[in-house]
Amino acid sequence: MARYLRYAVVLAGALVMLFPFAWAVVTSVTPDGALLSTPPDFTPDNAGLSAYRRLLEALPFWRILLNSAWIGVASTLLQLVTSAMAAYAFARLPFPGRGALFAVYLATLMVPLQVLVVPLFIEMRTFNLVDTYFAVLAPSISSAFGVFLLRQAIAQVPREFDEAALLDGAGHLRIFFHVVLPLIRPALATFAVFGFMASWNSYLWPLVIIRSPEFMTIPLGLASLHGQFTTEWNVVMAGSVISVVPILILYVFAQKHVIASVAQSGLK
Amino acid sequence: MTMTAAPPEAPATHARHAPRRRLRYAGTVALFLLPSAIPLTLFTLVPMAASLWTSLHEWNLITPMEWAGLGNYTELLGDEGTRSAFLHTLVFIAGYLPLVYSGGLGLALLLNRAMAGRNLFRAIYFLPVITSWVVVALMWKWLLNPAGGMVNWALGLLGVQGPGWWTDPTWAMPSIILASAWKDLGFVMIILLAGLQAIPKEYHDAASVDGATGLKRFRYVTFPLLSPSTFFVVVISLINGFQVFDQVHVMTRGGPGGATQVVVEQVYDLTFRYGRAGTASALSWLLFAVVLLVTQLQVRAQRRWVHYG
Repeated sequence: MARYLRYAVVLAGALVMLFPFAWAVVTSVTPDGALLSTPPDFTPDNAGLSAYRRLLEALPFWRILLNSAWIGVASTLLQLVTSAMAAYAFARLPFPGRGALFAVYLATLMVPLQVLVVPLFIEMRTFNLVDTYFAVLAPSISSAFGVFLLRQAIAQVPREFDEAALLDGAGHLRIFFHVVLPLIRPALATFAVFGFMASWNSYLWPLVIIRSPEFMTIPLGLASLHGQFTTEWNVVMAGSVISVVPILILYVFAQKHVIASVAQSGLK
Repeated sequence: MTMTAAPPEAPATHARHAPRRRLRYAGTVALFLLPSAIPLTLFTLVPMAASLWTSLHEWNLITPMEWAGLGNYTELLGDEGTRSAFLHTLVFIAGYLPLVYSGGLGLALLLNRAMAGRNLFRAIYFLPVITSWVVVALMWKWLLNPAGGMVNWALGLLGVQGPGWWTDPTWAMPSIILASAWKDLGFVMIILLAGLQAIPKEYHDAASVDGATGLKRFRYVTFPLLSPSTFFVVVISLINGFQVFDQVHVMTRGGPGGATQVVVEQVYDLTFRYGRAGTASALSWLLFAVVLLVTQLQVRAQRRWVHYG
């Protein structure tokens, strides 16, 4: 009995999680006139893609989607490379002032984006970079969080491995690429998941720095769509649906890994 | 963690080559550090310093800055807008945190036992976590639409007249809280589930032998052993709670009538609506100080209630 009750609760909860997505899909194919019908129409007559057509007329939505995708991939790759290299230096290359420098890295981790938004905007304006791809990408070229996470991972790699490679005459670059990186692959993957999710969802910074539709990312494009079509929820939901689909496909394949990464972050 | 080991490259032989060797080593260190140090300096450290500097000035982003000393800070501390922005942020946290924690804990406990389709359920609950905030805010704004919205229709079926949700000053914050808890439920669940699964089975077995059942076992065994995960969730949620912005900006822009004007929304408005960059910078540092203080207090308090196995 208790088992069935448990199952019922979990199932009901899952429906609550899925329903908003399903309703967004239904709304997106509902014609204008039927939007506010009561009772809500789950199988609207004359269902069609007119909202999607209007969405694509209002905004270069494919380009916006592509922007989010390549900015997400680029910032993730950049952060992986820059963070892993710094992490290697902090874990394996002693130099005077290393502890202090690492403390500076950690300190930047605690400063929230909100503090940096205004001066970053002014900095970009000074260099005439407002409304450019570079400006969107700039704050996520390096990641102190990544340095911290990967340093922990590299510190756990037994030193015998690099010492053996050193004896073979390998330099630090070789050791980094051929010995250390392959051994910390799980940590790299975890960090990649976080990096991509952060970039894909980022809203405040693009909102501040981007004006033209052709440089927008998805969150910004959707928000501006909402500004244009305040009451035409079918167009807004069409944009939401299109923007969820790519990440959903990715999620279906990487689901186990994504969840494991997040679970790990809590266990430390 | 081995911080202080001799550089593997520096055996004391070949003294003649030592300077060149040292130079080369310095070059290697620079090669590894500069790719992150340069962007970190340009896009974090310099803006940090600039933000502190700006916070000591009056500045409308156009005409030259005017020195104001601590004027912005003292003005903010006595300002009604600041007080209500912090108050709204605290109201958000007070609604969001208990909701998301109890919901996440309940789900984690339910899913901690073998169950058909458990992985599928886990994936479904996690779906909103990977969905962008703007999408979630828009979906919920539509669900909570006072006219023709799904939620009010469902309430109507139960004979309840639904409120105006995000159009009503009283119900706007609950709307934001609801959407936020829905989005983050899966995150909290995953963290707590990992914590539950890390509890060694022997503890439960021992508790059963001692005759502890159900609630008692939860109260004296599960919950204390889960406290490190709880601590993590509370710290992260509080930090995120104080910095709440995306969902507010999309759902209400701080309205109606300023009813959901949270601190970061206030920073945004001060800068980009009122052109008061100095005051905005000061407010963002004030927020940072509060977050730092609260986090510090929790780290201090954890000794009393967090048990590390």
